[in-house]
Amino acid sequence: MSGANDPYDPKQVAALSAEALDAAVSAATEAFTAAGDLEALAAVRPAHLGDRAPVLLARRELGALPPAARSDAGKRVNAARVAVTEAYAARLAVLEAERDERVLAEERVDVTLPWDRAPRGARHPLTTLTDRIADVFVAMGYEVAEGPELEAEWLNFDALNISTDHPARSMMDTFFVAPEDSGLVLRTHTSPVQARTMLERRPPIYVIAPGRVYRTDELDATHTPVFHQVEGLAVDRGLTMAHLRGTLDHLARQLFGADAVTRWRPSYFPFTEPSAEFDVWFPEHRDGPRWVEWGGCGMVNPRVLTACGIDPEEYTGFAFGCGIERALQFRHEVGDMRDIVEGDVRFTRAFGVDQ
Amino acid sequence: MRVPIGWLAEHVDLPAGTTVEDLDTAFVRLGLEVEEIHRTPQTTGPLVVGRVLAIEELTGFKKPIRFCQVDVGEGAPRGIVCGARNFAVGDLIVAALPGAVLPGDFAIAARTTYDHVSDGMICSVRELGIGEDHAGILVLGHADDDDLAPGTPAAGVLGLDDVVIELNVTPDRGYCLAMRGIAREIGTGLAVDWRDPGALTPPAWSGPPAWQVEIADPARCDRFSMIAMEGLDPTAPSPWWMRRRLAQSGIRSISLAVDVTNYVMLELGQPMHAFDRDAVRGPIVVRRAKPGERLTTLDGADRALDGDELLITDDSGPIGLAGVMGGASTEIGDGTTAVLLEAAHWEPTGIARTVRRHKLPSEAAKRFERGTDPEMTVVALARAAALLAQYGGARVVGGPVDPDTRGPRPAIALDAGRPSRISGVDYPPSQVIEALTAIGASVDGGGAQLQVTPPSWRPDLTDPADLVEEVVRLAGYDDIPSVLPNVPPGRGLTERQRRRRSIGRALAEAGYVEAPAYPFVGTAALDALGIPEDDVRRQVVVVRNPLSEEEPALRTTLLPGLLATLARNLSRGQRDVAVFEHGSVFAGDRRTPAPVPGVDGRPDDETLAALLGAVPAQPWHVAVALTGSREPRGWWGPGRPASWADAVQAARIVAATAGVELTVRAGELAPWHPGRCAELLVGDRVVGHAGELHPRVLAALDLPARTCAMELDVDALPPAPIPVGPHVSTFPPVLVDLALVVPDEVPAAEVEAALRDGAGELLESLRLFDVYTGPPVPAGSRSLAYALTLRAPDRTLTGEEANAARDAAIAVAVERTGAVLRA
Repeated sequence: MSGANDPYDPKQVAALSAEALDAAVSAATEAFTAAGDLEALAAVRPAHLGDRAPVLLARRELGALPPAARSDAGKRVNAARVAVTEAYAARLAVLEAERDERVLAEERVDVTLPWDRAPRGARHPLTTLTDRIADVFVAMGYEVAEGPELEAEWLNFDALNISTDHPARSMMDTFFVAPEDSGLVLRTHTSPVQARTMLERRPPIYVIAPGRVYRTDELDATHTPVFHQVEGLAVDRGLTMAHLRGTLDHLARQLFGADAVTRWRPSYFPFTEPSAEFDVWFPEHRDGPRWVEWGGCGMVNPRVLTACGIDPEEYTGFAFGCGIERALQFRHEVGDMRDIVEGDVRFTRAFGVDQ
Repeated sequence: MRVPIGWLAEHVDLPAGTTVEDLDTAFVRLGLEVEEIHRTPQTTGPLVVGRVLAIEELTGFKKPIRFCQVDVGEGAPRGIVCGARNFAVGDLIVAALPGAVLPGDFAIAARTTYDHVSDGMICSVRELGIGEDHAGILVLGHADDDDLAPGTPAAGVLGLDDVVIELNVTPDRGYCLAMRGIAREIGTGLAVDWRDPGALTPPAWSGPPAWQVEIADPARCDRFSMIAMEGLDPTAPSPWWMRRRLAQSGIRSISLAVDVTNYVMLELGQPMHAFDRDAVRGPIVVRRAKPGERLTTLDGADRALDGDELLITDDSGPIGLAGVMGGASTEIGDGTTAVLLEAAHWEPTGIARTVRRHKLPSEAAKRFERGTDPEMTVVALARAAALLAQYGGARVVGGPVDPDTRGPRPAIALDAGRPSRISGVDYPPSQVIEALTAIGASVDGGGAQLQVTPPSWRPDLTDPADLVEEVVRLAGYDDIPSVLPNVPPGRGLTERQRRRRSIGRALAEAGYVEAPAYPFVGTAALDALGIPEDDVRRQVVVVRNPLSEEEPALRTTLLPGLLATLARNLSRGQRDVAVFEHGSVFAGDRRTPAPVPGVDGRPDDETLAALLGAVPAQPWHVAVALTGSREPRGWWGPGRPASWADAVQAARIVAATAGVELTVRAGELAPWHPGRCAELLVGDRVVGHAGELHPRVLAALDLPARTCAMELDVDALPPAPIPVGPHVSTFPPVLVDLALVVPDEVPAAEVEAALRDGAGELLESLRLFDVYTGPPVPAGSRSLAYALTLRAPDRTLTGEEANAARDAAIAVAVERTGAVLRA
């Protein structure tokens, strides 16, 4: 604003007058406020912020002023331009917020609608539990050994100290295959994998052998002729029953909780001596903590080591085996064996894919 | 083995207050698994011994009825009506008096029946809940028995409160199939006094040998003891206590002579046989059977002998299957008054072979095949003779026959530190010696080296390891500490094992449910699949003793089991089912028989190779089967039916998971639809098939139309190459769409391959996004529309470069497949 003491009497430029600028700001503010939606705002924007808008035209007039007056007028024009711009931005923000609120609300969907267009399948719990047990041992440094289900009789029996006339041999309820002299059986336990491993490798041996085995039992709620075992075998210098117990206790803790331990009962297996059956303390059983019978174990019979070419004076070994179906029955409260073997997808789906 | 606690208590001083549970625990700790605990059903109220004083026969009723005067130890006898007739005046019986309640809530009261007041009931074994016999009432004793006074409470006499513990005896502990062994174990386990019922000195029988006996096969019979008895009262019944104990042990009472041999077997573990002496013809010879010989055994079976059986023979031929079952011709009969009692020691494996060959498991054989105590033969004869004398009036005539060719039992050298080294528990040598002495072994030598001679009843103890078990067992397995071994580092899962896991997981994530089936198949299943006669999948391994005659073979394909699982799910109301299985199949090619080498050392390499080579290949397959909707209908719209393409895609998932490149081309193989069967290849090798199943197969299996399946040999997939990381270009791509009209018979895979080859290195990716038939595309052709992404690794492509690549791609496709670019 030019004051009375201005050294010049400048030519008055109407557009640069304070009044004109104030009017332009007011007009713009009014027009923006009047705009009811983003479209209307966009429509009035050129009139107040476009190239021909009063505040921009005023700026062009600045050049006509003498230098002394230019600074003062420039400040006024700038202030007016900022005011219009801010008014526009403020109105834009208000209108956008209104738009967001209304439109996004209109676009709302029911997010609870199902989208199971590609339902997940499932792995069988026999598989996942077997993998889980194998992983416990692999983490300790064991390797997973394998052998065929249709197996040489010698490996299934003789090499394991079960001679032809041994009572344990007839107690095994073996499936034999034709012809009679084939020398083959459907393996009655995963123990022939132990024999194969000892024939193939030199100690130290630490292996776990999961797999499918066969006995001539009819299928009912508690028996199945085709079932699964996991066997472990360790042969090394200085192994004792204490190491066997430590190993089984570790497995028990991994599967049944930190407080799980094993309890042993003396028993008999031709391929181990001493032998034991073991129970596991299952603290998290739904019907309360309890002992459950699980498997057999023992120190590898020196005769088995000899048959596999390992010096029993130099090495000792331990072995253990347990039933996967059995573990599934008590760990997952499966009451009827038939549910495990019949392949009903409703049963298997309950177990998911597992990790 | 059933152990009546009352019987056990006769030999073992069980501490006062010992409960059934205490015994249960003790047995289990000793390695004798408790299978079941049998308790007699509850009886309450007055149940007493009575003596029949008088019998009045009542007539005029539908059946003969007796009105008896019974002394039950009261001032006056009671009148009791009874329908049974197997007793006489003077007999001791069991009377339930009014107020008694027998098992099954059978309350006894005085009541009028057959015109008389019956003041109680004379009981049968079944009414007392201690057996099945209901043919007559239970007679405890006869007129001359005065060891039971009328009025004595009967519960104790009957053993109604006597619990029976049934043990599962492992094959190594044959000595525990007798009270003698059980008493030793429990006495040792509870650290209480016990008495060995086998520790009796036989009387000094004298006179000429009872019979002429020759042992022609001493290798299989190293001791054969026999005495003769005469004057046996064939009508003499077995005493009640003996019948009761036999019943508790699960053995039927037959006659005094037979019952005594069975009783002595249960007591001492020595099975015996009683021959009717008058039926034996000439000298007894123990020899191997001759091929063609026959023997009718006590069970009435006429058996053809093959030559390996050991026999008891006389001049007439075989009269007994040694150690297994006697012959019918010399069986003790109703009129037998003279018997030959035999107690022998047989070689166990021969007995086991005979049992197996003739499928004839007997109580005697069960003990002989586990090994009996050869010291017990004459002891058992003495015990039996005493019982037959006491209850049957029989007397021993002449001297015993006892050919005995046993050698000395070798001692086992045991390092006294060995049990500690095996168990991880520190046992002082004194404890080792004490334990071995407790099991009956004799231990010589002090210090580190022990010479241990096992007791005669423990043929299972042959190696130091066996002795170690005895030491650790008696010390208690609970003493063994828990220590983790230092396992050397392992190599983790093999590639093959990781691959299997990944395949299972990938198929499950893709919607398939794993369903492992039994691997048994029959001809019908292969027929239903339409598998031709000359197909390799018809070459099956046959099980000699299958569970089902319909499914005697091992699978060569996973499909029969998987499709049966699919059908089972459908029958249970499922409609959309997608299942998979992965597992072994069994090659049925004929191989040379597997050898059976010895076990004294590692088989030589040649034998081992032959052994391993005799085992057929058992490749790991994976299969899927699916029907119904692959994607379900929903609020988004209709479902998508499962199709051949899903089956092929399942194979692609498997191959991708395995990291190998799968090629697909049209194939033709049962059980697939000939026009909808994909042959799956890796390189030039066919690894499987996928597609829709043949309509005839679906009809035969009663499966819905359009059911699809895939089967692939996972073991045929080569190892995955190590993937090479691609150079990722940051320059902009050029996107090109083009459509080609090609004859119907040209597979899309060929068109794609041509485009890829033509486009060259600038092609980043290519995708078929539409297949169209119908005008304006001429009939017999289809339009395939592709989206190509072109990009250079080092520069922005010019329009000319992109066009050149596009044109080259089209040119190769035109040239190879007769495609025409669609305008």
